[in-house]
Amino acid sequence: MQMPVPDPKVLKNKDALVAALKQVLPDDAVISDPMETRAYECDALTAYRCPPMIAVLPSTTQEVSDVLRLCHKFGAPVVPRGAGTSLAGGALPTADSVILGVARMNAVLETNYDDRFIRVQTGMTNLSVTGAVEGDDFFYAPDPSSQLACAIAGNIAMNSGGAHCLKYGVTTNNLLGVTMVMMDGEVVEIGGPYLGSGGLDLLGLICGSEGQLGVVTEATLRILPKPEGARPVLMGFDSNEVAGACVRDIIEAGVLPVAIEFMDRPCIEATEAFAGAGYPDCEALLIVEVEGSDTEIDEQLTVIKSIAQRHNPVELRESRSAEESGRIWLGRKSAFGAMGQINDYICLDGTIPVSELPTVLRRMGELSDEFGLKVANVFHAGDGNLHPLILFNANAEGQLETCEAMGAEILKLCVEVGGCLTGEHGVGVEKRDLMSHQYAPEDLEAQLAVKDVFDPAWLLNPSKVFPLATTEPRRSA
Amino acid sequence: MARPNSEAELADLIRGANAPFSVRGGNTRGLSQDGGEALETGGLSGIHLYEPGGLTLVAGAGTPIEDIDALLAEKAQRLAFEPMDHRALLGTSGTPTLGGIAAANISGPRRIQAGAARDHMLGVRFVTGAGDIVKNGGRVMKNVTGYDLVKLMAGSHGTLGVLTEISLKVQAIPETEATLILRAQDMATAITDLTRAMGTPFDVSGAAWLSGTATGGPAERRIRVEGLSGSVSYRARKLTDLLGADAVVEGADSAALWQQTRDVAPFADKPGAVWKISTRPTAAATFCDALLASGLDHSVIADWSGGLLWLLTDDTGDAGAQAIRQQVATHGGHATLVRASNNTRKSVPIFQPQPAAIEKLTAGLRAKFDPKGLFNPGLMEIPA
Repeated sequence: MQMPVPDPKVLKNKDALVAALKQVLPDDAVISDPMETRAYECDALTAYRCPPMIAVLPSTTQEVSDVLRLCHKFGAPVVPRGAGTSLAGGALPTADSVILGVARMNAVLETNYDDRFIRVQTGMTNLSVTGAVEGDDFFYAPDPSSQLACAIAGNIAMNSGGAHCLKYGVTTNNLLGVTMVMMDGEVVEIGGPYLGSGGLDLLGLICGSEGQLGVVTEATLRILPKPEGARPVLMGFDSNEVAGACVRDIIEAGVLPVAIEFMDRPCIEATEAFAGAGYPDCEALLIVEVEGSDTEIDEQLTVIKSIAQRHNPVELRESRSAEESGRIWLGRKSAFGAMGQINDYICLDGTIPVSELPTVLRRMGELSDEFGLKVANVFHAGDGNLHPLILFNANAEGQLETCEAMGAEILKLCVEVGGCLTGEHGVGVEKRDLMSHQYAPEDLEAQLAVKDVFDPAWLLNPSKVFPLATTEPRRSA
Repeated sequence: MARPNSEAELADLIRGANAPFSVRGGNTRGLSQDGGEALETGGLSGIHLYEPGGLTLVAGAGTPIEDIDALLAEKAQRLAFEPMDHRALLGTSGTPTLGGIAAANISGPRRIQAGAARDHMLGVRFVTGAGDIVKNGGRVMKNVTGYDLVKLMAGSHGTLGVLTEISLKVQAIPETEATLILRAQDMATAITDLTRAMGTPFDVSGAAWLSGTATGGPAERRIRVEGLSGSVSYRARKLTDLLGADAVVEGADSAALWQQTRDVAPFADKPGAVWKISTRPTAAATFCDALLASGLDHSVIADWSGGLLWLLTDDTGDAGAQAIRQQVATHGGHATLVRASNNTRKSVPIFQPQPAAIEKLTAGLRAKFDPKGLFNPGLMEIPA
């Protein structure tokens, strides 16, 4: 992974910057010992590591503002970090950078059930937001797989999704307002506990901007009342095509499940061996979950099961108890762990039009043969967000590179059929150089222009999202 | 008037232009600017792709919304965000277009449950003020590839670029719908009911209160549920038990009530200025009480469980601008002057004035996307 050459001027001023940071932060919030900064050398994309020059852990918006003002003055690049669970290298440092971690900012600031919002500091984990309101039968809808660990700050930076966004939308659809600190230290309020914007939709622009436009310290989030109940049904099919057609028919029928998850044979076999969830021996498996009262669930599942029957399922199993529901979800939820046990893997995140599912799965099989690496598929089928897992051996010379090359081909395929490089993980460093496959120079220029306005000095997370060659003139200006 | 017939023709026109344009779709939403040659997108019309099984539709910005509605209806689908038709309220007569809805981020009562236009826009193509053709997003449901300029363009009212194509997520029309009606409640009590309804698991898709001055009879509280018929009767029963109802209407009768709410129809034939205010639902009644206390007489339609207030005020003086924006400052939110005489519109900021830091970012984005200042100069700005 190519990263910019560290700026010698910034490195030379390290001691002065550390001293200045200690003026505005408690001593234990400024980490500059090379042994300790190593804790921040990577995120969940562990193949790439580089300890930052300094890491800081502010506790308030004011402290974040002070930090950014100083870094701006010293010309030091800043890499914002939530919980460090990015799969795309969104929080990967450079050697001349300051990691700004929001982990100490984890308070609930306001909860209001009548207006259905919660305002939190963004270091709170995704699951702890739901934890703060579930006693009153509310929840925060976006549910990325990493929700136990990932921070709201990172969710906003990457516009995270999850299994249930088919019904409830992704982060941007559930974000009402932010307090954000600009690179020069200015604090801005955007949106709030009301809908829409009186001017441009800057909130929508900030969500998903990968920490390149500002550091979001507080967020107002939509909370929703919990459904009365939920029930999954498991369906096995003897081909990917048939399973794909079943997904399409369910969606077209107008019954909107909260989740439609898809697993292919390699994934079913691996998870069976690992978790023993009792999945059928078949080519493709769907888990479809609906919500409501018992009678509402029955009504919806009657429609869904009758659609499934038309596609001759090899298995059609409706949960009859909480325990059975748990077993149906068990394999899906342990899929990544199961894969990790048998192999190293990289997890892709392309999205395709649902109609292209059979074509893409077939072509992926061909690429698997061509590159000699196995692919297992487990993904959110309802919205076409694929998560192919390419299995490789990290200890075998050159396999990581082969695996990455194959991943790039799969993502290009997603773009070719009308889809995109990333549905919920973000671009980070991982897919940075593929951006020119999806976007023409004018398309990228329009995005770069946005960063020019928010961060004219190009100091916030500057070596992410866009091909380095594209941003070089701006970064070195 | 300029009416390009292709994206390339539009880009050429803009590249060669040195004088401002007043950008418009069907010009039904009363936002066109006095200065500048009219630039209509009607020539960029047509549905480019429709995949019912993928819930996606891609169409030219100038495509009449009625064409899209008709095509979707053939497959029992619709636009979930229920865009308002401004024609009756504003007395305009053009043809509303998809581009106009996207550029103004027009949504209706279902916005509280299903999201706004911007939440259903998957991708855009537009031409910048430099004449560059830019695409962003795509036609898939989940996409975080690069910055979300789709959201930036939604609601930018043509100030950053001229939209040429929009991809949308569409929705299946539910089997049926029902609306609970309760009459003669005061605003504060009604709003409390509406926010309680939104806090139930019964998936309410419309929650409105129309004052007596709006209905011309007793005030009316409306709560809508949609879905499979068994589920709709179950939820309507539960909500009736919880909050009471004088009547429950279903199907087309229910739909007609929400079309009336969506289009702010009760104000269409009444003179005066019309404001659209977004605030916290629980602040709505206090907001309106404070206006009355300050001497600003008005009629109210509250939608989005109180989070959206339509106010009819006398179109004299500032039409209530100062008093209304004072309440916005107190309770949070934003107020837009949707209908007023030309005199009022010239002297009162139509859009909510933004804090200085936001103004600066807005001006910076406009300068980047429209360096020659061609698009709707003056719109979304404070009058000089």
